[in-house]
Amino acid sequence: MPRTVRDVVFVDGVRTPFGKAGPKGIYHETRADDLVVKSIRELLRRNPGLDPAKIDEVAIAATTQIGDQGLTLGRTAGVLAGLPQSVPGYSIDRMCAGAMTAVTTTAGSIAFGAYDAVIAGGVEHMGRHPMGEGVDPNPRLVSEKLVDESALFMGMTAENLHDRYPAITKERADKYAVASQEKAAKAYANGKIQQDLVPISVRRTNADAGETGFGLVTADEPMRPGTTLENLAGLKTPFRVHGRVTAGNAAGLNDGATAALLASEEFATENGLPVKMRLVSYAFAGVEPEVMGYGPIPATEKALAKAGLSISDIGLFEINEAFAVQVLAFLEHYGIADDDARVNQYGGAIAYGHPLASSGVRLMTQLARQFEDQPHVRYGLTTMCVGLGMGATVIWENPNFEGDK
Amino acid sequence: MSNVAELLKGAAALFPDEVVTEAHVRHFDLPLGAGRFALITLDNGFDHTKPNTFGPQSLAKLDAAIDQVEREAAAGEIVGVGVTGKPFIFAVGADLKGVEALKDRDHAVAIGKGGHDVFKRLATLAVPTFAYYNGAAMGGGVEVGLHCRYRTVSAALPAFSLPEVFLGLVPGWGGCTLLPNLIGADKAVSVIIENSLSQNRQLKGKQVFELGIADALFEGADFLEQSLVWTAAVLKGEIVVDRPEIDRGEGWDKAVERGRFIADSKVHGAAPAAYRALQIIDDARNGDLQAGYDAEDEALADLIMGDELRSGLYAFNLVQKRAKRPAGAPDKSLARPVTKVGVVGAGLMASQLALLFLRRLEVPVVLTDIDQARIDKGVGYVHSEIDKLLGKGRINQDKANRLKALVTGVLDKAEGFSDADFVIEAVFEEMGVKQQVFAEVEAVAPAHAILATNTSSLSITEMASKLKNPERVVGFHFFNPVAVLPLLEIVRGERTDDASLATAFAVARKLRKTAVLVKDAPAFVVNRILTRFMGEVQNVIDEGTPVAVAEKAVEPLGLPMSPLVLLELVGPAIGLHVSETLHRAFPDRFTVSANLKRVVEAGKRGFYVYDSGKPELDPEVAALLQQGDAVLTEEQVRERVLGAVAQEIGLMLDEGVVAEAQDIDLCLITGAGWPFHLGGITPYLDREGVAERVNGKRFLAPGVASVPA
Repeated sequence: MPRTVRDVVFVDGVRTPFGKAGPKGIYHETRADDLVVKSIRELLRRNPGLDPAKIDEVAIAATTQIGDQGLTLGRTAGVLAGLPQSVPGYSIDRMCAGAMTAVTTTAGSIAFGAYDAVIAGGVEHMGRHPMGEGVDPNPRLVSEKLVDESALFMGMTAENLHDRYPAITKERADKYAVASQEKAAKAYANGKIQQDLVPISVRRTNADAGETGFGLVTADEPMRPGTTLENLAGLKTPFRVHGRVTAGNAAGLNDGATAALLASEEFATENGLPVKMRLVSYAFAGVEPEVMGYGPIPATEKALAKAGLSISDIGLFEINEAFAVQVLAFLEHYGIADDDARVNQYGGAIAYGHPLASSGVRLMTQLARQFEDQPHVRYGLTTMCVGLGMGATVIWENPNFEGDK
Repeated sequence: MSNVAELLKGAAALFPDEVVTEAHVRHFDLPLGAGRFALITLDNGFDHTKPNTFGPQSLAKLDAAIDQVEREAAAGEIVGVGVTGKPFIFAVGADLKGVEALKDRDHAVAIGKGGHDVFKRLATLAVPTFAYYNGAAMGGGVEVGLHCRYRTVSAALPAFSLPEVFLGLVPGWGGCTLLPNLIGADKAVSVIIENSLSQNRQLKGKQVFELGIADALFEGADFLEQSLVWTAAVLKGEIVVDRPEIDRGEGWDKAVERGRFIADSKVHGAAPAAYRALQIIDDARNGDLQAGYDAEDEALADLIMGDELRSGLYAFNLVQKRAKRPAGAPDKSLARPVTKVGVVGAGLMASQLALLFLRRLEVPVVLTDIDQARIDKGVGYVHSEIDKLLGKGRINQDKANRLKALVTGVLDKAEGFSDADFVIEAVFEEMGVKQQVFAEVEAVAPAHAILATNTSSLSITEMASKLKNPERVVGFHFFNPVAVLPLLEIVRGERTDDASLATAFAVARKLRKTAVLVKDAPAFVVNRILTRFMGEVQNVIDEGTPVAVAEKAVEPLGLPMSPLVLLELVGPAIGLHVSETLHRAFPDRFTVSANLKRVVEAGKRGFYVYDSGKPELDPEVAALLQQGDAVLTEEQVRERVLGAVAQEIGLMLDEGVVAEAQDIDLCLITGAGWPFHLGGITPYLDREGVAERVNGKRFLAPGVASVPA
């Protein structure tokens, strides 16, 4: 049968404030699935025009799909959020690019005509599910040297990336990190971030962690406004003696969830839903696992090629700051300055945190807000590196674009 | 404040075992830039199976938390204060164990005043206060929220009530005063009086909102978040809470009148709590809160120092605790699994039993009877009841299909019972018939199968005596209506073994019945006491007392219906039959009324006609009655009847029919609907001095269902 590919739009995106993983973190006593449920409910509240029964899919990503991140989270979260039973759901894993993959996979199905509207998101509660929990790597990976031993340790892959780009020094990475904190603080001051945060009630029973009882979280916990180069200079390099990667120029270990509402453009129009971004193209690419931070470069090449665009067409970049070096390698490759104003205008994961599988939608939500403010920009790009040597890139068009001036 | 602290310290010393509910104070910024907020979380540190309660130490904790937020509010550091509970539980009120321990009036006053003095501070802070009813809220839990300026409630909240009147108290930490002033007297009467006296009916979150107790309703999934967003909007003036005007005139009078009518119809003046609560509600209309609180303190102290409350608490503990651990039941590990049930007989009682087993055990249930037509009728009854449940939405189509497929009927017992683990008979109440039925069942059922009988008066031992395996016979005596009355008398025959008895108790638990172990004695517990009771009423009528006087005389017992109305419900013929059985066993105490015999022979179904809407003595029955000339006063009737009941219970305890007087009360409450607030009957007989007069001793030691000495 003849088919027409349909345009896919990003209707809305929200996230929980991100927390620090661990016993003193704000979400230490909060379930991961609850973070997803509350994000989904906020999306529905913000878009009352959408009849929940018309949602065709709930795709939720998590890297560690056990416990409160298991049990086919997309389905359980839908049930817990009070979606009609007729709405199905499933789980997705592509480690850090989980939510991004939830978006692209469901978007592909929308374009194909299988779905009209979906919820796509991700969660990672790294406090309840530390990286590597329950993994059982096949011994052949190492015995047959399929991957380097450092490939499973993200900090080591970042050090390896520094080796590949000798010009990217620790100082440059630290400088980038300081700027990220500054931009994030400014974005907060301008109210750019809070408008897409879901307030989360949190319980604390351990007095060592702070005031006990129920509280309400309305802001990101990991941010360190006022961070200086001097602060960062003295930090340890835990992944390599005399290394370059520190806790200061990398994202931390975090808890959080995100959720986005996507639809065919036709459906959005018919149902009076806002169109914040229009999907242009997406691509995933594999690289050597031990330099996984390189991944966004080939992924972006592919995505640009599919869209018939060049890097110079991209007016705004949202690059996940798993490590400063990974952003800098990308910028270096494409000949973009470290402090280019188009890049991560609101700061990035170094400031906000990076709850692995949730981060992709955070990038999109922030890009969507930047599109609103900058109608002179036509295209924007969200990209991230992925464990075991991958990159992921999604290119978006600004529906507010007013044409070249 | 120090006054309160002193008061509570004194009370705390009396109650060292209190499970203390902490009041955690946590600060955070509200959404919408509404400012810094202090949220008090009530949490006793246990999970939801041990709900938050308020004893003196818990009140002191809340008092200290309020000290802190009061300072912060006065200093302008916070814009509001909230109170919420732990997951699934807000707070379920005063710790009843603490109330039971109270021995003198000063302490009772202190408990009332302590609660008031702490809670009312929430109304006088320099900033608005909010209660977030996140989960179960009862009594003092509800009241702490009533002292706040605003309330939200979770749609997932399963139980909300002011159960004090049900127990024999008044909502005395502000409930009687604040609730009518918040939602009007009529709705307050519904919550405080009507729900309490309707088996402690609970409200759900949505109803709490609809009644106007809460200003906003939010779904459970993000209840606290949405409550706090709402709080922020209220504080910023974006939401204005508008409560309807209250009718403080005629409407208020009518409400109190309606409350009195409800109380009269439920307790017939026999329990003071409802009337005390109504008096406070009546007086609360002028909005003088402190006067109301003072009245509540007085009422609480009076009631705490009165035996009615102690009886209520005693009854509460019986049905909440003793009913769950039946006295004398063998170790439950001895119980055998029951995977198929047989029912002998397909009449109405048998069909009702089949339905009950089917719904609760969800195993195959097979009915047998003497002809196919009866069987078809029995199975048809079960099917129609399943359809009714389906129609009401109590079960879905799949469950209905499952249940219908599980119930079958066969003529051939061998076919029906060859793999049954539990066979119950509900055939004609005659020893020879029942022995015959059991012999037939034993011939075809597996050797381990329990043979249960629903007999109401025949000897289990005798019924089992002709079997090869008499050790597996148990009495399983249900009460009509089977679906409504919780009691199940489990009767141990002389040769019944522990495994069979344990299996019977395990089945009872699955049937969600209150099982009481009873010795194989004539008519067991409830029927024996009721028959003696009604027999004595009949005796005084037969001897010459007018029917109306005899009926009225026993009203203070607060029974669900008068003796003659009960007789009508049971059926005069069955009542006569039971009295004959008991007369054979105990001819000196159980009489067979000639008048009753005539009524039965005349085919009358009862003593009353209801043509005028009220029960009036049927002239045809009146014509049948042949009365003597000994006309007693109400007082004299009461003395005779209560004396007879006390004597019978005394003898039953001597015979070891049940383990303790507590089991008698549990049976009467759950099997005959005798009033909770009197603690069944033995606390009342003790209190009125009847037990002492008739038996020379009390049934219960002082303090068990009365104020400790």
